[in-house]
Amino acid sequence: MLVTEQERLRDDIASWAQDIGSDRSALIPILQEIQGKYGHISDFAMQIVADKLGIHPVEVYSVVSFYSFLEFKPAGRFVIRLCRTIACDMLGKDKVATQLENDLGIEFGETTPDGKFTLEWANCMGMCDQGPALLVNDRVFTRVTPDKVTQILEACRKAFGIYALGSIGEGHL
Amino acid sequence: MISSHTEPLTFSTIAPDAGLKTALSMKRADLIAEITNSQLKGRGGAGFPTGVKWNLAAAAQADRKFVVCNADEGEPGTFKDRVILTEHADLVFEGMTIGGYAIGAKEGIVYLRAEYTYLRKHLEQVLADRRAKGLLGKNVCGHDGFDFDIHIHMGAGAYICGEETALIESLEGHRGEPRNRPPFPVDTGFLGRPTIVNNVETFAWVTAILVKGSQWFKSHGTARSTGFKIFSVSGDCDKPGIYEFPMGITVSTLLEAVGGLGAKAVQIGGASGHCVPAAEFERTIAYEDVATGGSIMVFGPDRDMLHVARNFLEFFVEESCGQCTPCRDGNPKILECIEMLDHGVCSSKYLQEICELGETMQVSSKCGLGQSSPNAFLSIVKHFRNELMGRGL
Repeated sequence: MLVTEQERLRDDIASWAQDIGSDRSALIPILQEIQGKYGHISDFAMQIVADKLGIHPVEVYSVVSFYSFLEFKPAGRFVIRLCRTIACDMLGKDKVATQLENDLGIEFGETTPDGKFTLEWANCMGMCDQGPALLVNDRVFTRVTPDKVTQILEACRKAFGIYALGSIGEGHL
Repeated sequence: MISSHTEPLTFSTIAPDAGLKTALSMKRADLIAEITNSQLKGRGGAGFPTGVKWNLAAAAQADRKFVVCNADEGEPGTFKDRVILTEHADLVFEGMTIGGYAIGAKEGIVYLRAEYTYLRKHLEQVLADRRAKGLLGKNVCGHDGFDFDIHIHMGAGAYICGEETALIESLEGHRGEPRNRPPFPVDTGFLGRPTIVNNVETFAWVTAILVKGSQWFKSHGTARSTGFKIFSVSGDCDKPGIYEFPMGITVSTLLEAVGGLGAKAVQIGGASGHCVPAAEFERTIAYEDVATGGSIMVFGPDRDMLHVARNFLEFFVEESCGQCTPCRDGNPKILECIEMLDHGVCSSKYLQEICELGETMQVSSKCGLGQSSPNAFLSIVKHFRNELMGRGL
């Protein structure tokens, strides 16, 4: 990690702590900001947060390891989370999963070598009447078919470069 | 995004701000008495009487108190809170404000699950509008000395945080591991202060009760389960979506309404609920019979019930917080047994032992997750034993 990047991280964390607070209950919101901007929470980031909040870094580690939306490993620009719970399962999530793996050339839990896509499973995301459902970052897609997977990935690729980690443009689908 | 099949929902007939104004015109004790009289019970699934909870928090002495809205809707098959927050967020925030007045709290927190991040923008807008109208902030509705505001706290992806003490741990910046009780949150909650944690739907019903009266609410449902309930229906039926019915409706009446006749079983209460077979479709959906936080999943005649059980157990193995042994180690043992059944290598004796393990988990786990995670498996074994056993490779 370059020194300049470390400094940027340090400045960001200081400014988030300023906005959110530096008591213990600010921990998860600060970690979410780091996750949002940097795509993961590095050892260095955990150390800085721990110093800022006056807690042991292992406390920060224990929190990051607990929650499924906080990641140690760098995630792709687009994190795709496919729901695997029973309602989406009955509506055909397996076929969607296979198509996602085929189109991206990775398995669930992996990130594409170009750093664009991460594929994850999600537990019930509350779209049971409109499954199979998946999330691309914050945006939800319902009634996904293997055919629609191609369109979703294409929309992500088009949005790549212009938009940061945010949601993909509404106009693409 | 909305598919409601019982229009209009009661919530869409409630005039805005009327409930809050009624509440503010009442004495705190009378307000809580009105909620108690309605016999409203927690709509998240646990069914604790709301009036009792509020009364305890109101009686507690502290410098700060909190009103927490549990929007960590994670139970498989439940999506009613998403719909309520999308369509009727004002009623929820109004109910929280009423709660703040009732117990003497100034701060409200919505704990919104990470999977619903896309709702946040909308909810922030509704909150901003309410502040602009004087419905939140200093001297709410011109009521001298009653200050109340609400902020949104995002979850980070953990089913267990729907359990109220785990939710509070998460709010405080810790792992979402449930606490021992007592002390209860009404006494020692967020930051050690008295806290009421209620479900999204419960707050919306509070507002409706203030508008239409506790007698109206009580006149629907059963003696022990009053009022209406929002159901999230999914699975093998013609019309999945959101439904509103009075409590105490039979499973068969519900199936007729959703176009699910001919089902072989219905899972009521999500993965932690019970599997009701066709022979028992005359049972009622109520706290005294089959309870649910709203999740109704219909299984058609061709569904493999072992596959269903496996999906549920995979869910619990992943979502167990790992704190207590019965839940952490019990769920993988049940899943292992399901795999043995699938491969046709599970003896009757071993199946019996695993069922006993499930019963042990029900009584010895620390929180509701481990106490209820064996339910689905045990009820599937009870009702579909022949389907599970004697499978070939």
